Amino acid sequence: MKGIRVIAIVVLALTALTILAASHLAPAGYEQQFRETPQAAPSAHHPLGTDDLGRDRWARLLYGMRVSLTLAPLAALFTTVLAGLVGGVAGYFGGWTERCCKLLIDLFLSVPWLFLLITVRAVLPLNVSPEASVTVTFALLGLLGWAASARVICSGAKDLMKSEFVWMARASGFSGMKLVRLHLLPNLRGALLAQFWISIPVFIIAEANLGALGLGVAEPLPSLGSLLRELQETVTLRPEPWRLLPLAVLIVVISSFQVLLKKQEVRA
Amino acid sequence: MKRLYLFAAMLFLGSISVVAQGGGELRFCLRSEPKTFNPLLVEDEASETIRYLTGGVLVRVNRATLKAEPDLAISWKVSEGGKRIRFKLREGLKYSDGTPFSAADVAYTMQQLMDPALHSSTGDAFRSADGKLATRVISPAEIEIDFPAPVANLVNLFDTVAVLSAKSPQKEMAALGPFYVAERKAGSYLLLKRNPYYWKKDAAGKQLPYLDSIRLDIEQNPEIEALRFKRGEVHLINTVSPAIFEKLSADNAFVRDAGASTDTEQLWFNQAPGSPLAAYKKAWFTSTNFRRAISEAINRGDLARIVFRGHAVPAIGIISPSNKFWFNSSLKPHPYDTSSALRRLQEDGFRLEGDTLRDKAGNAVEFSIATNAGNRARESMATMIQQDLKKIGIKVNVVTLDFNSLLERMTQTYNYEACLLGFQNVELDPNSQMAVWLSSADNHQWNPNQKAPATPWEAEIDKLMREQAASGDERKRKQDWDRVQQIAWEQEPFIYLVNKDALVAIAPVVKNAEPSVFRPQTFWNVETLALAH
Repeated sequence: MKGIRVIAIVVLALTALTILAASHLAPAGYEQQFRETPQAAPSAHHPLGTDDLGRDRWARLLYGMRVSLTLAPLAALFTTVLAGLVGGVAGYFGGWTERCCKLLIDLFLSVPWLFLLITVRAVLPLNVSPEASVTVTFALLGLLGWAASARVICSGAKDLMKSEFVWMARASGFSGMKLVRLHLLPNLRGALLAQFWISIPVFIIAEANLGALGLGVAEPLPSLGSLLRELQETVTLRPEPWRLLPLAVLIVVISSFQVLLKKQEVRA
Repeated sequence: MKRLYLFAAMLFLGSISVVAQGGGELRFCLRSEPKTFNPLLVEDEASETIRYLTGGVLVRVNRATLKAEPDLAISWKVSEGGKRIRFKLREGLKYSDGTPFSAADVAYTMQQLMDPALHSSTGDAFRSADGKLATRVISPAEIEIDFPAPVANLVNLFDTVAVLSAKSPQKEMAALGPFYVAERKAGSYLLLKRNPYYWKKDAAGKQLPYLDSIRLDIEQNPEIEALRFKRGEVHLINTVSPAIFEKLSADNAFVRDAGASTDTEQLWFNQAPGSPLAAYKKAWFTSTNFRRAISEAINRGDLARIVFRGHAVPAIGIISPSNKFWFNSSLKPHPYDTSSALRRLQEDGFRLEGDTLRDKAGNAVEFSIATNAGNRARESMATMIQQDLKKIGIKVNVVTLDFNSLLERMTQTYNYEACLLGFQNVELDPNSQMAVWLSSADNHQWNPNQKAPATPWEAEIDKLMREQAASGDERKRKQDWDRVQQIAWEQEPFIYLVNKDALVAIAPVVKNAEPSVFRPQTFWNVETLALAH
């Protein structure tokens, strides 16, 4: 098990290094169209061939990983903070505050988020750069994705508030921020980290789903989601296995996160 | 003796051929559930397919020769300058439920069709002026129809009018065409069976159609449809994407490129004065020089070669060159010439500063192109245009929106800058494009619902369109349409990009198929289609 964790860490470290060095490793810009060689097979010039518009697949994969694997953790951090705030407040105060927070959580859980995302995207200004567009997409994912995590945090906080050591701390005069800082947050750390790690692959896949609907990252910026859209063409896929690499990368990265997540859960 | 054997063998082979001409179930897919079974209310492609397969029409346009041929009507005569048409009908015909057919049914259908309360788009094509339609049943086999004003392309329009029964208890489900709807499972399939009373016979006197039934499976995903075609589960694909076409070709599946279709793909700028765009952008978009410069900076040849894998041709204008009669052959393709594009822009005060094009006031030229999400070809075209325009310093943002949101922006809020969409031109006669080219029309996309034409060239188009619509003289109409095409070519309110080829797939077991570039491409001669056993 330890060996697998080491491999997962190495994979994630390599992934991080690769996306940081994308501009050096890519043989061409992700948007550059080599119009004389569309749908080319892998070659020395294009290690993964070119896509339908003649763009270098390797460059697009590197930059796509950079987009998805940078913004997904940021969105996950945002959603974890929100979940910690709402869930923590609900668990700490209890009573009507808890009921109000749970109502809010239930409301967010019942929202058909896909339609909401499509609607929000439709009302956004059209003349925004692809970078701004993808940032907004992930920000929305972060904003809408906290409710399930908040429920877990709320439950954890409630349990902690009933625990003996918190009773003793309160009897000793601890209250407010001091109680939160010294007793609640350290004991909720595991649950919060678990929610953070869970959210990263969820958001990558959510963006991939939005990309499959044509509503994710705007052209010409690539993302793992937009690269996965090519796999919709099942009829044309068979003789070109290199097209599967974005899917393989997604599986490997998410599996690595999952391996680390199990470790975090054990600690929690 | 040898000759006798040969004769016997030929007789045997002949009998096999006769067997091959009869029976069987043809299978193909519909992209969606038909929205209606009322042939007078057809607007979507699935309903159009059902209408074609089940509806009996007075006149059928042959998709190979493009000539109107007698169907339920034996003959017809147009008079009063295109205001009156008299049909002589076949006698002794029956609907699929056994109800007899007569001129009263034609009168009933035309009255229904032209009832304004029905809001029939098929009826709109006959409506060239206000006023009521009059029908006069001369005998059970003869009818005269009077329109309030001359109707352009009058005879061919009857190709889309399926004659309803005035008396049948089955109402619109009683069919006069080769098939009738026998079974339907919502969201899954429709089963059409051979109309036992269908009147048409082949040269040998055998009753048509040859097929026993047609099964139409509802299948939204073209990839799955192609896989099913490869497995032999479906026999026809009416529209194949270039990527699937190439794959099926490589797998030796039976696909055909019938040539450039009449469909167009175009880009246009929002010129609506009431749009919430900045004034300087409105000035760009209403400038002919700006639009023509954009047009010249787009490499249409690359769009056809890369996005459509060579199965498209660079578009010239409103009418596809495949529509040979109506196409203005004096027009040439817009050249791909970035130097000329920059010259035109300089005439309007634009200047290139480094990699950025700026207008007279110093605003960087940047706009968005919106298109419908999920249409890979349009997204790819927009991305290639983005790269093309970058070469003349213009920054383009490509935006994909779900179709309803896009439609709302195009028709309600006018909150968009440029849009890339296409038209499916079902009718050959360009009169069907009245709703686009009249400045007062809803579908005059770049500046719809104008109270008075915003520009002199739109006023001239309005005049020409009205003249041709009211004329029964084909030569005069052709002249008017040539001029409309010329104006549209010069002004480019629509920047036409490509005419896609009609790509179809037909299984080798389907006999007598003659694919056409015109809809319905693969089964327009459905009566004579047969399956080899």
